[in-house]
Amino acid sequence: MRYMMLIHHDEAALAAAPQKELWADYGAFNEALNKAAGAASGERLQPSSAATTVRQHDGKADVLDGPYADTKEQFAGYFFVEATDLDEAIAWARRCPSSRYGSIEIRPVVDAGARGK
Amino acid sequence: MSHGDEAGRAAERVARESYGRLVAFLAARTRDVAGAEDALGEAFAAALRLWPADGVPDNPDAWLLTVARRRQTDAIRRRQTRTAGEEHLTLIADEIAAASEEGATLPDRRLALMFACAHPAIERGLRAPLILQTILGMTAEDISAAFLVPPATMGQRLVRAKTRIRDAGIPFRIPDKEELGERMQAVLDAIYAAYAKGWNEVGQQGVPEIAGEALWLGRLVVSLMPTEPEPKGMLALMYYAESRRAARRAANGAYVPLEEQDTSLWDDSQIRLAEQLLHEANAGGPTGRYQLEAAIQSAHTGRRLSGAANWPIVVQLYDHLYALTRSPVVILNRAVALAEVDGPAAALAALAPLAQDRRMQGYQPYWAARGHLLARTGATAEAREAFTVALGLTTDDAVTAYLNGQMARLSSH
Repeated sequence: MRYMMLIHHDEAALAAAPQKELWADYGAFNEALNKAAGAASGERLQPSSAATTVRQHDGKADVLDGPYADTKEQFAGYFFVEATDLDEAIAWARRCPSSRYGSIEIRPVVDAGARGK
Repeated sequence: MSHGDEAGRAAERVARESYGRLVAFLAARTRDVAGAEDALGEAFAAALRLWPADGVPDNPDAWLLTVARRRQTDAIRRRQTRTAGEEHLTLIADEIAAASEEGATLPDRRLALMFACAHPAIERGLRAPLILQTILGMTAEDISAAFLVPPATMGQRLVRAKTRIRDAGIPFRIPDKEELGERMQAVLDAIYAAYAKGWNEVGQQGVPEIAGEALWLGRLVVSLMPTEPEPKGMLALMYYAESRRAARRAANGAYVPLEEQDTSLWDDSQIRLAEQLLHEANAGGPTGRYQLEAAIQSAHTGRRLSGAANWPIVVQLYDHLYALTRSPVVILNRAVALAEVDGPAAALAALAPLAQDRRMQGYQPYWAARGHLLARTGATAEAREAFTVALGLTTDDAVTAYLNGQMARLSSH
């Protein structure tokens, strides 16, 4: 199964973390990810202070400065893994350094080949 | 179970045994629990109807598979308009065909199914209902009665959980060694939770049946993991509790605490089963939560032989249990045992840390125990207060009767 791993950071906790170690850990994690079959390193996003949210109703666009929801943890990036089951995906989430500074949401990707699923 | 004789019950057991094995076999391959249940549902219903009267067929699995196959063909024809449905039914039909070919050598995947049902990604409260339904074929309606949830709600939750098993990719697998301990605990907790539903609400109709089902599941996990000590510890704990079922209610229906039970009402054969299991568990390796709880119950049974429970041992075992669980309920139970060794004042002092614990404020046994200990120290007014809170928290008539008895005793002193 293919899983998208959505990284949510507690931005304050991340900023307070020892940066050198954090990015060294991330370097090692990305390397492991690149070696895994079917996995794909994702992208890191600018912090939520750079976010803009748009909603459209009745043909009128509402443009708001800020993220989709004002919560403690903010969407910060993503990567993909190919795993036989949820346990393998959970193992990847635990390896990801971001799981120490927030949370990782694991979402199975819809398999376009399997109808009715 | 409420109707029918021994033979009928035995037939039902075989039907459930076979049904659970087949659901597990089909679902382990497709990860589609609901699909497997759909495919086997009518065949299982027919087995429950026919076997008690006609007798159990020579090969129960083959019988169920044959009926399921026949129904499947009809179902595919009926649902031709629904593309997705057809595809899914065809997939399950292939699995059924494969299962028929494997015949007598069909592997038992029920343990893997139980691990899927008790996966950390499944809501804790749903694990027991899922196991009861998938392994035993219990209906959402029967399960809902024990879990005090409306049947429709229970049905919806079960459907959602099964969809989740399939879509989230929850594995049907016995976890690796490093994970096994924790994951096995979740399976045992689910089974024990089912047992507790048949134990606490003993006065309610239909619920003791759940205890029987949980015991059956307990025996199943022991047989599927014969070298693991904790399943044996859990089964022993359930047998100790069962052995005292007749003694835990007075003639007027009031709850009778363990210390006051008439030991001649305890069931010897169940105590022997429990002792044997506990012995095997202790020989098998490291001590877990259920082994310790069973050992505590074992120490209580000493009262039957010598007239007195071995309280210092009980206190020690609670110390070990607390180190393992850090549970406030263990502090409470330990304090009650401590009262028998060092007196009620020492026990009340041991309870002090719980006064700040919010979980205990709404926990009836905490207030009942406090009331009991306070009464023994002669603090009648405080005891009355504690019993009053306990009364306010209980919904069980048997416990209400017991607490009212305790209050009355206060006044007469």
